[in-house]
Amino acid sequence: MTGGQNSLKNFGAPAQGDRAMGAVDMDTCAKVKEDRPLLSVQGVMKLYGSRIGCTDVTFDLFPGEVLGIVGESGSGKSTLLGCLAGHLKPDAGRILYDGRDMGALGEPERRRLSRTEWAFVHQNARDGLRMGVSAGGNVGERLMAVGARNYAAIRDTATDWLGRVEIAADRIDDRPSAFSGGMQQRLQIARNLVTGPRLVFMDEPTGGLDVSVQARLLDLLRGLVRDLGLSVVIVTHDLAVVRLLADRLMVMKSGRVVEQGLTDQVLDDPQHGYTQLLVSSVLQV
Amino acid sequence: MIEITNLSKVFTLHNQGSAVIPVMAGAALSVTPGECVGLTGRSGSGKSTLMRMIYGNYLAAGGSIRVGDLDVARAAPREIIRLRREVLGYVSQFLRVVPRVPTLDVVAEPLLQLGVPVDAARARAADLLARLNIAERLWGLSPTTFSGGEQQRVNIARGFAHPYPALLLDEPTASLDAANREVVLGLIEEAKARGAAIVGIFHDEAARDRVCDRLVDVTGFTPRLAA
Repeated sequence: MTGGQNSLKNFGAPAQGDRAMGAVDMDTCAKVKEDRPLLSVQGVMKLYGSRIGCTDVTFDLFPGEVLGIVGESGSGKSTLLGCLAGHLKPDAGRILYDGRDMGALGEPERRRLSRTEWAFVHQNARDGLRMGVSAGGNVGERLMAVGARNYAAIRDTATDWLGRVEIAADRIDDRPSAFSGGMQQRLQIARNLVTGPRLVFMDEPTGGLDVSVQARLLDLLRGLVRDLGLSVVIVTHDLAVVRLLADRLMVMKSGRVVEQGLTDQVLDDPQHGYTQLLVSSVLQV
Repeated sequence: MIEITNLSKVFTLHNQGSAVIPVMAGAALSVTPGECVGLTGRSGSGKSTLMRMIYGNYLAAGGSIRVGDLDVARAAPREIIRLRREVLGYVSQFLRVVPRVPTLDVVAEPLLQLGVPVDAARARAADLLARLNIAERLWGLSPTTFSGGEQQRVNIARGFAHPYPALLLDEPTASLDAANREVVLGLIEEAKARGAAIVGIFHDEAARDRVCDRLVDVTGFTPRLAA
């Protein structure tokens, strides 16, 4: 693995050279230098009484990677996401974030992480926004929570982020209740990303949106992931969404991971009977 | 650059009586830098299957697929992702993109993934689109609404945006008129000249004869039907 990295880069340089290649190589070095998982999940289990929420979940997520988790409702994907994000306490297993054992971390430290290094995008934007506060306030509030105090600077940053998620600057003082569903979702994303997190959890971020709005949101998310080098765990039941967004895919059924691998490989050459059923059940448009 | 040995593939259909279908056995292929190898064999003989396995899109049942010094048959997903980003390009027959993304950005995306600055990536994309005769007024539109031939050319532009050391081409000249076919063959010849190792499927015999240095009939890799 470690040896492969350098040799791959050598192949990146074609025999006769190309003007663009110098730049490519330098940035590639920066992108692949971190070879340590940002999130390492080892044998995580969560029980609800005697019923299994999720069990025996193991995976590594590396910087800049997008992991999709699919499965029908009740498959344990939201429970797992809750455990990863620290909303639920696993009954067994370990979750290491950047090498630190989350189970051993105190509540204040966990809260600090969830404010600064993590973000959580809810399916329902209303769960992730403060509906009584202006759009600018929703974004600025997160900045203030991590210590920003200069009003003008906060407002500038908020305006910049609203622009990035394609919300017009003249809507900055409007409340999210006056926004469409797609705009609310984009505002939630701005609110979450303004503090520069490294790890983003998303629970059905495009669920409940019109297809046309979904497409725009997908493109926005792809651009942000690429430009900011975010690691993302995205839970969804929409296979088309994971195909376009996720590098890797994990399929869950009855609380267990039945299959995981490269997204297009899992979708085009599924090995497990359940995944085959899932893929073959998608209606063709 | 590409070295395949004793490769096999089996499909197990769990929901159709657990049918086990061996589709490939003992496949071998070697492609050196600057060489283009054409896969031949009748429809259904496994040309696309082999190509998808090289790309890591289909899992191998056994054997090895070395691209550079990564064995795709055993590599972790993230190693394959890096391979696809830097080393191995694939021009499929179908364009699959996020709807509503402008054509220019669709073509520039592989370069942006590599960290090339936006301006440089778009300039390269514009060069390729112009060369492939995609009218400039279309560059700002999503290719999802384009004709089949236009989509194919956008797909080719995207596949040639980064100078990959290895390339997989699935029917790159299908559904193209004579002028555009000539442009694509030119791109392939240039890729060979800079040292790219290429595996291609060409039903267009004249195109095949012109760019392929060698042909490999994949029918030889089809397992004998169990009597």
